[in-house]
Amino acid sequence: MVNENLVKDVVKEPYKYGFVTDIETEKIAKGLNEEIVRLISQKKEEPKYLLDFRLKAFKKWQKMEEPDWAGLGYKQIDYQDIIYYSAPKQKEKIASLDEVDPKLLETFDKLGIPLTEQKKLTNVAVDAVFDSVSIATTFREELAEHGVIFSSISEAVKNHSNLIEKYLGTVVPASDNYFAALNSAVFSDGSFVYIPKGVTCPMDLSSYFRINSGDSGQFERTLIIAEESSSVSYLEGCTAPMFDTNTLHAAVVELIALDDASIKYSTVQNWYAGDEKGVGGIFNFVTKRGKCLGKRSKISWSQVETGSAITWKYPSCLLLGEESVGEFYSVALTNNLQQADTGTKMIHIGPKTKSTIVSKGISAGNSINSYRGLVKVGAKATGSRNYSQCDSMLIGDQASANTFPYIKSQQPNSEIEHEASTCRISEDQLFYLQSRGIEFEEAISMMVSGFCRDVFNQLPMEFAAEADKLLALKLEGSVG
Amino acid sequence: MQRKMKESDPILEVQNLFASTDNLPILKGVSLTVNPGEIHAIMGRNGCGKSTLSKIIAGHPSYSITSGDIKFSGENINSLEPEERAQSGIFLGFQYPIEIPGVSNLEFLRVSTNARRKFLNKEELDTFDFEELVKEKLELVKMDHAFLSRSVNQGFSGGEKKRNEILQMALLEPKIAILDETDSGLDIDALRIVASGIKKISNAQTGIILITHYQRLLDEIEPNYVHVMADGQIIKTGGSDLALELEKKGYEWTDNFVKET
Repeated sequence: MVNENLVKDVVKEPYKYGFVTDIETEKIAKGLNEEIVRLISQKKEEPKYLLDFRLKAFKKWQKMEEPDWAGLGYKQIDYQDIIYYSAPKQKEKIASLDEVDPKLLETFDKLGIPLTEQKKLTNVAVDAVFDSVSIATTFREELAEHGVIFSSISEAVKNHSNLIEKYLGTVVPASDNYFAALNSAVFSDGSFVYIPKGVTCPMDLSSYFRINSGDSGQFERTLIIAEESSSVSYLEGCTAPMFDTNTLHAAVVELIALDDASIKYSTVQNWYAGDEKGVGGIFNFVTKRGKCLGKRSKISWSQVETGSAITWKYPSCLLLGEESVGEFYSVALTNNLQQADTGTKMIHIGPKTKSTIVSKGISAGNSINSYRGLVKVGAKATGSRNYSQCDSMLIGDQASANTFPYIKSQQPNSEIEHEASTCRISEDQLFYLQSRGIEFEEAISMMVSGFCRDVFNQLPMEFAAEADKLLALKLEGSVG
Repeated sequence: MQRKMKESDPILEVQNLFASTDNLPILKGVSLTVNPGEIHAIMGRNGCGKSTLSKIIAGHPSYSITSGDIKFSGENINSLEPEERAQSGIFLGFQYPIEIPGVSNLEFLRVSTNARRKFLNKEELDTFDFEELVKEKLELVKMDHAFLSRSVNQGFSGGEKKRNEILQMALLEPKIAILDETDSGLDIDALRIVASGIKKISNAQTGIILITHYQRLLDEIEPNYVHVMADGQIIKTGGSDLALELEKKGYEWTDNFVKET
């Protein structure tokens, strides 16, 4: 193809977030054993129930095997070669944001997430997580006025222990899967959100996860509880420096929605993806699940997955409450040698439950992009409905796309619809746009964002524009 | 690109052009000069190289020039990208306009219009100003505003696709428009609309190349020159009466022509 040369000429935008912050950190020794688990718990001054939770999870994990059903190809992870706790050194108690190490503030500034009072984003409260710990949370007082709790999970363990003890591990049990068990044993920090009864959270909440250290894993844990008739929109962003080694990221996210509550959880995942030859990049093995416990409750996942060498992630909904609603909107883009295996599980348990799945996979370069999803309708879920749409777009002729939809129904009185399509950006389409004066790269990004429109429409406004830009950036130089 | 040129200089000069795709020679020495204000018609059997010629002028990446030159406003454009050619004022009306799912027609038209305007050092139009402009042009091709909110050419009928091409041409105001069988598959009304659209952009400064099989478009728009192509060459050139003769006698009549140089 003649275009190949043109494409190679296009200057590739390097990964913008690949810098490392030079900061003194407190790290524990590499390796994983019961002592390490105890040490992490001790460092965080945790109550006994939490230590027990960790130890139980660790014992389970030891007996489990790393799953290989996704058919992902990667070098065996040496779990003894990972540091399980790494934190930037700073003063014990921080009274205000002004006491946070300027280097950390600068780091988040560079990432476009200013934290200080003067500069912080106006309509979004941010919890900034750096390696293993949360370093700052903005707008806490303002939120507290509404009874909303937004803090790091470590603080929540100290201040709202009853809620943690009641809900932690109730959506994703420690023994759920290999990576969830690992996370349950060693999780370091993450975000905690509690929205009281009847409250509509006055602003979007956001966590920004930053991996800085090359040899430590990141194991964050997020727990969001929406009480009756409350609602919240939560955003999550992730970046990491460019290292030529692989860093393990194994997070667990649990959402709980009670009667008439709604949680919207949006992710823009831009972990370092490795270079063109597939060297380096984050291994992203994440368990995200929401429980629609209450009647007419709603949990909506939207995700834009562009980073990581490997993505293994299935944000799911357990639809227990009558007439509860689960949604999953996903754009997953892979380039070079990235592998993504992502999708969702919609488990219909209660009657008249409803779920919608819209998945858009874009694969470029030599990447592999798979949708894997399960729609399960239980015996009691009468009158339940699911609609799934899984579209794949191929760019170039070396990329591959797969769709693995699993459907299990024990309820004859339910409706399940599945649509799937695969398309390729053709040379003729590109030429058509170019022959109207539209630059090659812009032509591709127009087609890609057109393809993703249904999902972008679900993202919070600021996020949608960012996602659009991010995709364009990721695709630069991807067409041969 | 320098754009200092005299009014009377040719807009397009194709000079002894040889081109191939997948090592298969398609054009075997085509020469053609289009001066400002001229309308040229190119006729010939399917597969004679008419469409290839138009695509090569527009810069389609599947074809490569093996020898010869294409000059636009006096400058060699052999190595320009398709978008650069379009921005500088070359327009190709597609025989089969391409469907682009998910991309709104309005956005597409606006981005492409602005790309051309940028080249011309004109102010780029925001969505509101563009709405105004496009409304006016829609009337020209008698298209409903609803076309704008649909995806580019997706689900358009044959006639709608062709009118969308003319709409694009009207917005881009090219210096030369090459219309590849824009008339084929059109009913009489649509043909009139397309023809009047072409006439509107045709003026003393622009050049037009009509690639067609049928006299009926040429009844509406009288060409200054008619060229007959066969096997990758222009084998005969004449005035508008050549088309009439061709219509009467069929392409078989041209089989015995040798290349006129």
